[in-house]
Amino acid sequence: MSDPTSAMTSSGGAVVTGEAEVSSSSRSTFLWRLASFALAFGLWELVGRIEISLAFPPASAVMRAFFEMTASGEFFASYADSLPPLLVGLFITIVGGVSIGVAVGLARTAEWFFVPVLVIFQTAPVSAIIPLLTYVYGIDDRSKIVAIVILGLPLVALNSYKGIQATSPSLLAMARSFMTSRLDTIRLVILPSASEMIFAGLRLGVSGAFIGIVLAELLITPTGIGDLITYNRSIARYDKMFAAIVSILALAAVTLGLMQSLETRLFRTEKRT
Amino acid sequence: MRTSPFWSLIFWAGLWELAGRMGWIDLIPPLSATWIAILELFERQTFWDALELTARTFLIGLGLAIAVGIPIGILMGLSRRADKLLSVWVNLFLSAPLTAVVPALMPLLGIGEATVIATVFLFSVWVVIIDSQAGVAHVSTSLVEMGRVFGCTRRRIVFEIVVPAALPEIITGIRLAVIRAVKGVIVGQIIIALIGFGGLFDTFLSMFLMERFWALIIILFAMSFTLIGLIELIERRIAFYAGTR
Amino acid sequence: MSVATANPTAAAGAGEAAEPILRVRDVGVVYSGSTVALDGADLDVPEGQLTALLGPSGCGKTTLLKIIAGLLEPSSGSVTVRGREIEGPGPDRALVFQDFALLPWATVLDNVAFGLRARGVARKEREETAQHYINEVGLGGFEARYPHELSGGMRQRAGLARALAVNADVLLMDEPFSAVDEQMRRKLQEDLLDLLKIENKTVVFVTHSIEEAVYLADQVAILSRRPGRVAKIIRPDLDRSGDVDAIRRLPSYVELVDEIWASLKHYVE
Repeated sequence: MSDPTSAMTSSGGAVVTGEAEVSSSSRSTFLWRLASFALAFGLWELVGRIEISLAFPPASAVMRAFFEMTASGEFFASYADSLPPLLVGLFITIVGGVSIGVAVGLARTAEWFFVPVLVIFQTAPVSAIIPLLTYVYGIDDRSKIVAIVILGLPLVALNSYKGIQATSPSLLAMARSFMTSRLDTIRLVILPSASEMIFAGLRLGVSGAFIGIVLAELLITPTGIGDLITYNRSIARYDKMFAAIVSILALAAVTLGLMQSLETRLFRTEKRT
Repeated sequence: MRTSPFWSLIFWAGLWELAGRMGWIDLIPPLSATWIAILELFERQTFWDALELTARTFLIGLGLAIAVGIPIGILMGLSRRADKLLSVWVNLFLSAPLTAVVPALMPLLGIGEATVIATVFLFSVWVVIIDSQAGVAHVSTSLVEMGRVFGCTRRRIVFEIVVPAALPEIITGIRLAVIRAVKGVIVGQIIIALIGFGGLFDTFLSMFLMERFWALIIILFAMSFTLIGLIELIERRIAFYAGTR
Repeated sequence: MSVATANPTAAAGAGEAAEPILRVRDVGVVYSGSTVALDGADLDVPEGQLTALLGPSGCGKTTLLKIIAGLLEPSSGSVTVRGREIEGPGPDRALVFQDFALLPWATVLDNVAFGLRARGVARKEREETAQHYINEVGLGGFEARYPHELSGGMRQRAGLARALAVNADVLLMDEPFSAVDEQMRRKLQEDLLDLLKIENKTVVFVTHSIEEAVYLADQVAILSRRPGRVAKIIRPDLDRSGDVDAIRRLPSYVELVDEIWASLKHYVE
């Protein structure tokens, strides 16, 4: 279909409601985002003020606690405990996940060996194993790192594997017909074609890694940001508890957002506006 | 060489048995001992109580997520404005470490089933919303135009064309929600560590009953796989939808 | 309900345009402020005849058809059916889609009856009507099948039956045979001509195939690009009285295809 009609009528989700075309300039995007934040925090503030429970403070109180904790260095101390194992865990997750995924995608034996186990780790509630880690590594950083890797690595590996599996057969046939060596086929055809999916897998892996560190700090190692959450709950400083939760959610969102924009830059040139 | 993944699992099981027998790692008993522990677990009332609690909280949480997620997703698919207003949050929570929120639920909802239900809901609702939205937003333009040409009211177009056409994506959303809900029901219970399987895990670990711990893990994994397999079966039955669009 | 008027083939044979049932006047379309898709398009569609809209990609022929269908609103100009200006889709026009637009979860019978159902026709009546047109387009025996069980050609037959079933005077067809293979396309073209001998319909038919336009149409409207408007009207005036198969062998058919190609060539880079 080459007529511009399709471009006009299918450009968005509002095909049925017939809403006026909302301009997608960066300024209106910014305004919508602002409205979206205002709506969420407004609702939070409102529900918090009704005082359904002391354990649900309004957004403003949490904000205040957030700045207080930033100024007093509480956040700094907690993240100094959480970030090093998070970074080490992420490094292992990314490097290990991509290596295993690529190996599994290229070699039949590795595929047979690893894929069923990876699928189990991706689908099953592996978080149940995490409490056990204390018995292996005690409460030092290693248990956090292992928790991150358990929850993040299978996602990265499986996505890399799927990306390689999805290489277009006609591209492979093309490479073969030009008598490209196996190494060149991998280097010039398979990896570039899989790179987008591998990168998407990295985002899943990072998301899993954040879940892993939080779970580890809540369940086994009472340090870092997880401890900040549990400690403030135990002394009923719910504003501080929510501030700590918001901080880790925001950190994860910002990290994933940066990865997403990097991904758009790298791969989807047509999405850049 | 193309052998079934089944043999791969048998191989890993063999490795597990060997590791247990040689006593390489204290925490890993031989697989055979774990099998016996599974049978023992089946004879204990605490196991069945935990299973019942898990099933109940899982079903209620997932049911709520589906009942709330589908309408919101459809609304976002139909209205650009609703989409712009909500999609930031839906996308944020879709990949957020929601485990961090569970501790905040406990003082709100108490240390009990309500917290587990809320955890299941929080884990699974976002993916239902996202997939319902995508399904509705990507319904073929010509199907909608067809409805307009033949004089359908907007209501009829939404309920008799758009929503049924989005059904494959909605089902996919539900399947992904089931996977997340399984994780949610376990995370909720192990963070609370007092009720259901969370309580059992805690007891087994503190008493160093490794056979029982692993037996429970195997049972949980097997149950989640059976459940997800069932959903995939349903999904495949309506796969022809997508092919003709 | 259309009254039985002059036989379309007779009208074509006479080489005279019948009274226009549909008029397009000075229609312009501007996308998002700057891109001009159509600019002052004029067209008269004679009743009971087949008018082909022919043009290169991007000349706005599908846009024009969707404006006639009432799916798009033109930025300027008007479309009238029997003298009345259209305001959106109406029961006097039915559209056949390029991608068939069949409901995947409904049987052929339910798909064909869809337009009648939207109009509130009772089940028994609409199923009888649908069955009649299913037989007429040659889908008899497939009424209980689902679209995914049919070939592309059969799916478009169902799309055609659905448009016929609502008994609109004007049938709008948007490159209806472009998604099927060449042999099937020929068969569908021949069957369409046979069908139009029975059904007295006015047809507006969008195509990018010169051969298809000349073969089917009583009137070919050639659209130009930039400005998107009707640049030329050609009346093929072929002898369609005999076998539909014979048309492709007529010398005048071959000459006309050549002539149109000569005039369209400069639009193709």
